[in-house]
Amino acid sequence: MQLTLWTYEGPPHVGAMRIAASMEGVHYVLHAPQGDTYADLLFTMIERQDRRPPVSYTTFQARDLGGDTATLVKDAVARAFERFQPEVLLVGESCTAELIQDQAGALAVSLALPVPVVPLELPAYSKKENWGAAETLYQLVRSLLKDRVPPPGAARPSRPEGRPPRANILGPTRLGFRCRDDVAEITALLAQLGIEVNAVVPLGATAGDIRRLPDADFNVDLYPEVGRTTAAWLKRCFGMPCTQVVPMGVGATREFVAEVARLAGVDPSPVLGLEHPGRAGLGASASRLPWYSRSVDSTYLTGKRVFIFADATHAIAAARVASEEMGLTVVGLGTYSREFARDVREAAQRYGVEALVTDDYLEVESAIAAASPELVLGTQMERHIAKRLGVACAVISAPIHVQDVPARYSPVLGFEGANVLFDSWVHPLMMGLEEHLLQMFRGDFEFHDGASASHLHAVARPTPAAAFAAEPAAAPAVAGGSEPAWTREGEEELRKIPFFVRGKARRNTERFAAERGMKVITIETLYEAKAHFGR
Amino acid sequence: MSAAPQAVLRDCRETPVLRERGQREVFCGLTGIVWLHRKMQDAFFLVVGSRTCAHLIQSAAGVMIFAEPRFGTAILTDRDLAGIADANDELDRVCATLLERRPDITTLFLVGSCPSEVIKLDLAKAAERLNGRFLPRVRVLSYSGSGIETTFTQGEDNALRALVPSLPRSEERQLLVVGCLADVVEDQFRRCFDALGIGPVRFLPARRAADLPAVGPGTLLLAAQPFVGETVRALVARGARLLASPYPFGAEGTTAWLTTAAQSFGVPAERVRTVLAPLEERARASLARYRDVLAGRRLFLMPDSQLELPLARFLNREMGMELVEVGTPYLDRMMVGEELPLLPAGVTLSEGQDVERQLERVRAAQPDITVCGLGLANPLEAEGLTTKWSIELVFTPIHGYDQCGDLAEVFARPLDRRRRLAL
Repeated sequence: MQLTLWTYEGPPHVGAMRIAASMEGVHYVLHAPQGDTYADLLFTMIERQDRRPPVSYTTFQARDLGGDTATLVKDAVARAFERFQPEVLLVGESCTAELIQDQAGALAVSLALPVPVVPLELPAYSKKENWGAAETLYQLVRSLLKDRVPPPGAARPSRPEGRPPRANILGPTRLGFRCRDDVAEITALLAQLGIEVNAVVPLGATAGDIRRLPDADFNVDLYPEVGRTTAAWLKRCFGMPCTQVVPMGVGATREFVAEVARLAGVDPSPVLGLEHPGRAGLGASASRLPWYSRSVDSTYLTGKRVFIFADATHAIAAARVASEEMGLTVVGLGTYSREFARDVREAAQRYGVEALVTDDYLEVESAIAAASPELVLGTQMERHIAKRLGVACAVISAPIHVQDVPARYSPVLGFEGANVLFDSWVHPLMMGLEEHLLQMFRGDFEFHDGASASHLHAVARPTPAAAFAAEPAAAPAVAGGSEPAWTREGEEELRKIPFFVRGKARRNTERFAAERGMKVITIETLYEAKAHFGR
Repeated sequence: MSAAPQAVLRDCRETPVLRERGQREVFCGLTGIVWLHRKMQDAFFLVVGSRTCAHLIQSAAGVMIFAEPRFGTAILTDRDLAGIADANDELDRVCATLLERRPDITTLFLVGSCPSEVIKLDLAKAAERLNGRFLPRVRVLSYSGSGIETTFTQGEDNALRALVPSLPRSEERQLLVVGCLADVVEDQFRRCFDALGIGPVRFLPARRAADLPAVGPGTLLLAAQPFVGETVRALVARGARLLASPYPFGAEGTTAWLTTAAQSFGVPAERVRTVLAPLEERARASLARYRDVLAGRRLFLMPDSQLELPLARFLNREMGMELVEVGTPYLDRMMVGEELPLLPAGVTLSEGQDVERQLERVRAAQPDITVCGLGLANPLEAEGLTTKWSIELVFTPIHGYDQCGDLAEVFARPLDRRRRLAL
């Protein structure tokens, strides 16, 4: 049993819903009690979908349990088929139905409907949403393509002369982060290289699109959390190669272009010819990020402390952009995607931090507080955490909120995506200059620590006096014990340090003093510690 | 007009109820935790369930704003399903950790879910066991909020019913108002009862779960919500008597509700009039602004909170709306006996839901406004229909005279918006 106050991912059947809701002509019958229909609102409210997700629920009740819930399943499947006339039916169970073991999938198959029926087994007590999405996509693709799998060892037919190379885009889903615009951006990027998109799966795909997957020359695994299992199967069974690079940020996009050009056997220069790594100015890239980041007014970004927590793909990519393309310092990197923990740990090593792999947001919150970042990149939950801590924040990953589905074109992948990242990460920090001014004028009576920066929501921050008292104060000088005590002058000097790094300064100074057996902390101790630890 | 037999023909007591069975687009009883925990600020609600339960509550309430909310889910894992003994130990461990972390909690509700009920995890027994360990600091109670047993607001009914055995006994003549009310509304009603000379008045639930009202043969029950039937039955079993009344929605409903109490306490009619008339007048004035927007508009209420009948009565009688269909997830005649006669004859009453068939009726009727859940609102808007999310009716204060205007505005706003947009 795991005590959970809030969860980053829903249960695996919600992942299956994301696949069904992303596609056309697919219907999902879910053996589930009343209440599980709540998941519909994720699609209709967060994503403002103008149609219900294509899901029918059997809605069994306690009084059905002793009786014939199997008939309920068969009836629901038959009715859903008749009403919605899908090209493919997915049939599965939510957590409760899994316990009563009706084998909903097998029951549905036994109805011998004239369309493919894909039974889903998604263990609700050990797996989560992204796994459920990946598994559902895999089962669906496998089921629709099983009669097309060539015999083992068969050579992959080479691309006919004159036919442009084709790629599939795998992984974009409803409730994913900015998938709608990422697909448009990457499709345009591939077109620049003369590569056609054969199928985008699952977002907007039909069963026919899935049947056509092997017609492409290679796969672009845009969102490995959802696409990797399917991409691996297509590679195994159809010999289709797959991209490894996720094109988030300028450097990664350039690498992605080189990778797809190699996989497609085309010349990358229509795109890479316009890219000039190492050169300054607006002409250096199709993205404005490289020049904007080099421009002098970005110097204040240098070494800003950034904490990143997201799904694995966006977390790893964001760390690279933050570090290599914005000149920030990564002080924390983590993910809730346990399936990809190894990838995130490897990435964290590059930044000299220890990866935080957890789905407990309280643990994330205390890690953020301890790292004293100036910018948090995360999910909606990290946005709330950052708001509570009074730190700037940008959202980079699902789970999403209605505001992460903007009306405007706003990809995060490709060259335009890099522009979007620059703006959406830098603006909260730029506004942070106001904080700087607050510090400069802190002695003036109009200003105090309790005054929120105008770009942050009105945070009920305590007044300066209260904040001072409320900080986990060191023992007063009169108190006994072995902890070093702050002198009044030391405390006053500490207050002059910007509040967002003050906690860190306090802890470092206390540690410094304690390690040296100092009894009191003076102004001098504070600056000695500062010199010792750096910022 | 005053002839009684005619009144019988005109109302809808005898209207057959369309009973439906199928897919329900209604939350389960766990959702009640969202408002119950806000009302009882010393209580923690621990759902014993699955990741789905946790995801449901956070999605229904959009609850990412709290640093550390007073509700959570003990998520069952494969390990717990292997054997019940293990699950009980695990539950004890989770509760101990939780209570250690939250010394502010005086009442812990263990909330049963679909999975905990299917595996027959006995939460009543668990509560008993935990009480042996944590009383008197913390009282542990249990109830079911599962979707296989409860629909939406029945969760609150079960939670309140779970409190009943713990209520001290009292012979005292008192009024007990049953059902969660926003604090502001509770205060307004308290002032009304004071002015009427009715007292003592107690509320279930109280603002602190630890402040349990007493109950006994002198207790008169006034239900503030139509969905607290099981709680009322449990209180009646402890000697209390139910005062049947229309519910305090709208000026008329509020007057009827307060008058019911006043009559039972022998308050002279003249005093009732003197106290309530100015309040009712102010309420009617607040409604007048929205009457033009709502009068003659056709209303379709999909089943959701069991508030549908009293709301339909208010919107029909006081705002002049036409009722196309009034759906309710569950029709408890004991609780709505005074509402049914106030509904116009000919209205379609439906109980339960087959959402696809009901949507066919919505499309056929093309109502001016459809009250429905969040999963249906945007899709219906996309079909050109105007909708109102039903969940707002349980999350915002709508009871009593001074919320009449707010209640009417909830229904007028979507129509107003539709009128403003030149798109």
